[in-house]
Amino acid sequence: MAFLEVKNIYKSFGKTEVLKGVSFNLEKGEVLSVIGSSGNGKTTLLRCLNFLETPDSGEITVENRVIFPAQSQKNSKTANPLTFGMVFQNFNLFPQYSVIDNITLAMNVVGENKLKASGVKYLERKKAMRKIKEENRQAALGIIERVGLSEKINNYPCELSGGQQQRVAIARALALNPDILCFDEPTSALDPELTGEVLKVIKGLRDDNRTMIIVTHEMAFAKGVSDKVVFMADGVIEEIGTPSQIFEQPKSEKLKSFLSALKKEEEV
Amino acid sequence: MFEKIIFELLQGFGNTLALFAITLVLSLPLGLLMSFGTMSKFKPLSYLCKGIIWVIRGTPLMLQVLLVSFLPKYLFKVYNKDVAIFLGVSTNTLLFIFVAVAFVINYACYFSEIFRSGIQAISKGQYEAGKVLGLTKTQVFFKVVLMQVVKIIIPPMSNEIITLVKDTALAQILGVVDLLNAAQHAVNNYVILTPLLYAAIFYLIFNGILTLLFGRIEKKLSYYKV
Repeated sequence: MAFLEVKNIYKSFGKTEVLKGVSFNLEKGEVLSVIGSSGNGKTTLLRCLNFLETPDSGEITVENRVIFPAQSQKNSKTANPLTFGMVFQNFNLFPQYSVIDNITLAMNVVGENKLKASGVKYLERKKAMRKIKEENRQAALGIIERVGLSEKINNYPCELSGGQQQRVAIARALALNPDILCFDEPTSALDPELTGEVLKVIKGLRDDNRTMIIVTHEMAFAKGVSDKVVFMADGVIEEIGTPSQIFEQPKSEKLKSFLSALKKEEEV
Repeated sequence: MFEKIIFELLQGFGNTLALFAITLVLSLPLGLLMSFGTMSKFKPLSYLCKGIIWVIRGTPLMLQVLLVSFLPKYLFKVYNKDVAIFLGVSTNTLLFIFVAVAFVINYACYFSEIFRSGIQAISKGQYEAGKVLGLTKTQVFFKVVLMQVVKIIIPPMSNEIITLVKDTALAQILGVVDLLNAAQHAVNNYVILTPLLYAAIFYLIFNGILTLLFGRIEKKLSYYKV
């Protein structure tokens, strides 16, 4: 069994069928890039994995655990939603929190939930929480260092450049140590000169053997960073393969025309 | 005489202040609940809340105050003096309660629309970011959304709250002696116009303080952009 198995995912919005049976496997530590033109279901696929959308049918398993469909209503609430982490196109940082607080917010909530579940009394919980918060802060500082923003821990998102904000968003997603980290066009909202710093961070994560799924329009990046590339067209996976298979020996007509259109664009 | 007038005005101002504080404290949470109601996916609840807001915003506050004072008689066929005895309060206090009930309901409706505008201004991405980080809906609201809503609604809120200060003068329709009412009594008793001027100064100072306060809150929240 593969680490992540996605089987036959269907998703419609009203009458528009966006995903028409998407299946793929991913091994632990692998990086998968998803390419294709806009409106072909790439983002919807990621959103289904992150439970931001509920697939109409299909199955998602991670390490033989069935993540979707949830076994029961109760299960869907208690099932660990942190199997997946998500980095958004528009960062979606919390504007009222500093960089460090953006990162520790969810960590602290997780810690608090665990404490509550363990049934510790209120006053002791307060004490224990202080300790947990300090530990989380230390852990967050380590993660911030990894994305190269140690000097900015006390800044607010509005004081950062787009590239820096996206790096904070990556750190925030990393903080919960998800099994699989998803990126939804992480550089699409950035000025061209800022994409490099973000892509560098993602490359660094690959070197740490982090399992990642990246929806991207940066073909050179997809080629360089991925173990597998998926080309999506019209709600299905048109072609899947290694970067060299996809970019150098495309088989399907749709992929060929997609790549040649990109090439023409570059020439212009 | 000056001291006497000021003393009387201060007594009226006490009622004004009490009405202001009670209305604010009760109508803010009630307004938040109503805004959830109007935004509810459960349509009957949403329509009910919208209907209430339509009626309350569509009729004069003075009329609502009068209506509340007549309710015991019309609904339960009891006289207000019996209600006062039943509740163990003086008739004056009962009248004040009537005014407060009308004010709370009225302002809750206006506040609920301000809350709604603030909550709907928050991008979907904030909720989604919270969700993928494993926060529950309640946690997302209180830890992520609320502070941003507060920042957005401070200017319209301050508008509404300053209006509330002046609306308290409507309390006299039921004979509650508020600041303006006390001033009018003084005008009649002492046959001079200055008490009205003093009352104006009271209102101005009160609203001045509120304006400064809201300015400070706005400044305090200016460190982030929504």
